[in-house]
Amino acid sequence: MQKRLIVNQQLLDIMVMRLCHQLIENHGDFSDSVILGLQPRGKHVAERIQQTLATILGKQVPTGYLDTTFHRDDFRRRETPLTANATKVDFLVEGKKVILVDDVLYTGRSVRAALDAMIAYGRPASVELLVLIDRLYTRHLPIQATYVGRQVNSLQSQRVLVDWQEQQAPEDAIWLITKSED
Amino acid sequence: MQELSVRHLLGIKDITPQDIQLIFETADNFKDVLNRPIKKVPSLRDITIANVFFENSTRTRLSFELAEKRLSADVINFSSSSSSVKKGETLLDTVNNILAMKVDMIVMRHSSPGAPHFLSRHINANIVNAGDGTHEHPTQALLDTFSIREKLGEVAGKKVVIIGDILHSRVALSNIFALQKLGAEVMVCGPITLLPKYIKELGVKVELDVRKALEWCDVANVLRIQLERQQMKYFPSLREYTLYYGIDKKMLDSLDKEITLMHPGPINRGVELSSDAADSHHSIILNQVENGVAIRMAVLYLLASKTA
Repeated sequence: MQKRLIVNQQLLDIMVMRLCHQLIENHGDFSDSVILGLQPRGKHVAERIQQTLATILGKQVPTGYLDTTFHRDDFRRRETPLTANATKVDFLVEGKKVILVDDVLYTGRSVRAALDAMIAYGRPASVELLVLIDRLYTRHLPIQATYVGRQVNSLQSQRVLVDWQEQQAPEDAIWLITKSED
Repeated sequence: MQELSVRHLLGIKDITPQDIQLIFETADNFKDVLNRPIKKVPSLRDITIANVFFENSTRTRLSFELAEKRLSADVINFSSSSSSVKKGETLLDTVNNILAMKVDMIVMRHSSPGAPHFLSRHINANIVNAGDGTHEHPTQALLDTFSIREKLGEVAGKKVVIIGDILHSRVALSNIFALQKLGAEVMVCGPITLLPKYIKELGVKVELDVRKALEWCDVANVLRIQLERQQMKYFPSLREYTLYYGIDKKMLDSLDKEITLMHPGPINRGVELSSDAADSHHSIILNQVENGVAIRMAVLYLLASKTA
């Protein structure tokens, strides 16, 4: 297995800061905006975005975590059922500008499931998608991100992994993993 | 990514403590779904479930039906009172005819112990036992222990007494298995005629005095006197039963600790429980009903991933 570093701690901090400023361009003071991190891995990105926005704006943007397990389209197509994660959405999205947040955009199927799951909390005014990594040419559905940290050209057999200090990684980093052929 | 160790939920006896934990964790998530403005998820939209009830039921059937609909499954209902069973069709024929209409899962209640086990050996669909005679009622035991876990934090180490007609109760047997698998201490309490002769073999304590039982326990699960299953007189009169085994608010208040009161329903108010006890803050009877839907959603969801 080969593991290649594509974004280190410093670059990741800059990337999150840039994404936050892009968000501010579109959302102003965030009075009608909410952030929804997709469980499990988008949760950490959403937390990071919320913290960074708090240091820039001096206010906490409402942030929730959305689990999409029960809305996925691959139920019964897997060997074992997916284990669900907690959903924590303490607000209604009715009339809000929703920013969905995930770490890696790959086939687009989780985002489709997330759109479906989110509707249970009301009818949002608009929905945008923010991802750290956009894997090019791998989409199964016509879904594109509004805000992208970095675009990555990768093979189907490869995997992009985002490590967070919250998950006991030595530092925040993004890796491209290639399985060896043996 | 975990899965259940069984294809059918026939009884608590057949499943592992890990299975129970997995069902609880999944039910936590479904409970959250049930508190959303839109209480429905599309997980089972390609699954058809038949509720086959050869015995009367309101709570369990409604709870299963609601759980199925919240999961977006297609549902058909069958009750023996209005069917060809009256014309002499056998159980296996009835179910095979339902399955010929391409049904994936069967939720079944039957008055004969072992009926769902018999079916599971002859058909392909996943079976959920919704009560078989005096044998087991697994989803009831799961929702009871889930409610204890919700109220007291955990089930392990807790002292639970089951009071009433243990002899005819499938709820009692399933609860004993579930509580023991989760590490609780179990006691049964009731008139000696309504306790099975070899109940101690299951490793439970036996107490004949309801007051002593309440002083011992953290949780009391009170059962209904099932007159419909009693072919002979097990006690002189209902009034006498109430006098010796009925629980009222005064008795609960006189204990030097808070206990939690449960009942699987339907309650015979004024027999096993007085109205003021059933409606007191001790009681989590309505929480049990609420949790029932989440537990049944979890069971159906986890079993549906194993449909052929």
